[in-house]
Amino acid sequence: MEEIESESCDDEIVKKIMHVMRAAPHGTIYTYEGLEMILIMAAYDQDISVAFIDDGVYALKKGQNTEGIEMKGFAKTFGALDGYDVEKLYVDQISLEERGLTEDDLVVDVEILSSAEIGKLMTEQDVVVHH
Amino acid sequence: MLHTINKSPFGNSSFETSARFLQPGDPVLFIEDGVYAVQANNKFSAALNEILKNNPVYALAPDLNARGIAEITAGVKSIEYEGFVELVEEHQVSSWL
Repeated sequence: MEEIESESCDDEIVKKIMHVMRAAPHGTIYTYEGLEMILIMAAYDQDISVAFIDDGVYALKKGQNTEGIEMKGFAKTFGALDGYDVEKLYVDQISLEERGLTEDDLVVDVEILSSAEIGKLMTEQDVVVHH
Repeated sequence: MLHTINKSPFGNSSFETSARFLQPGDPVLFIEDGVYAVQANNKFSAALNEILKNNPVYALAPDLNARGIAEITAGVKSIEYEGFVELVEEHQVSSWL
């Protein structure tokens, strides 16, 4: 028992965790709460990645001004994730194209991948969290 | 990786979107309102048949029964909670919402 405890204290356990953002940013709280969860997990030095799929890509849209709806804007926070060592941001190409968007419309540098490529990355994770 | 889908395909894009991300062999399990996807001869039967070519597909029997879904797309396996647990034991899980 003691041995197990000391092991878990000494060895950092780093898990591969992918967060999947699939909702538009302001209509529900899912994306904002997902972002909070990412920041908390990043504080524990986990291997975090974020995939933006379907309306999730709208969270990264440039030019969001939420003053008028009295909601906190958090697009910039996604842009600051590299400061928390969260650098693996993947965007589903089809989701982007379906919405008439390109990489230039996004607030942060991302890797644009096919659905199959993101699907493969999902299988490599210890945990996939959908928001 | 086990993909679970718990929303009706008529009101939510989980089913159609998740299909693009499946890797060959990944099991797909429909639960809760997700089971409406497997009702035979509905709008999603063709898409489901495409998935069935490369992936095992399951639907949770108690959820089918609760919704009166008796006829399901051929190839979809109806499983009990025990089967659900076995799938979760054998695979990492991606719970589409």
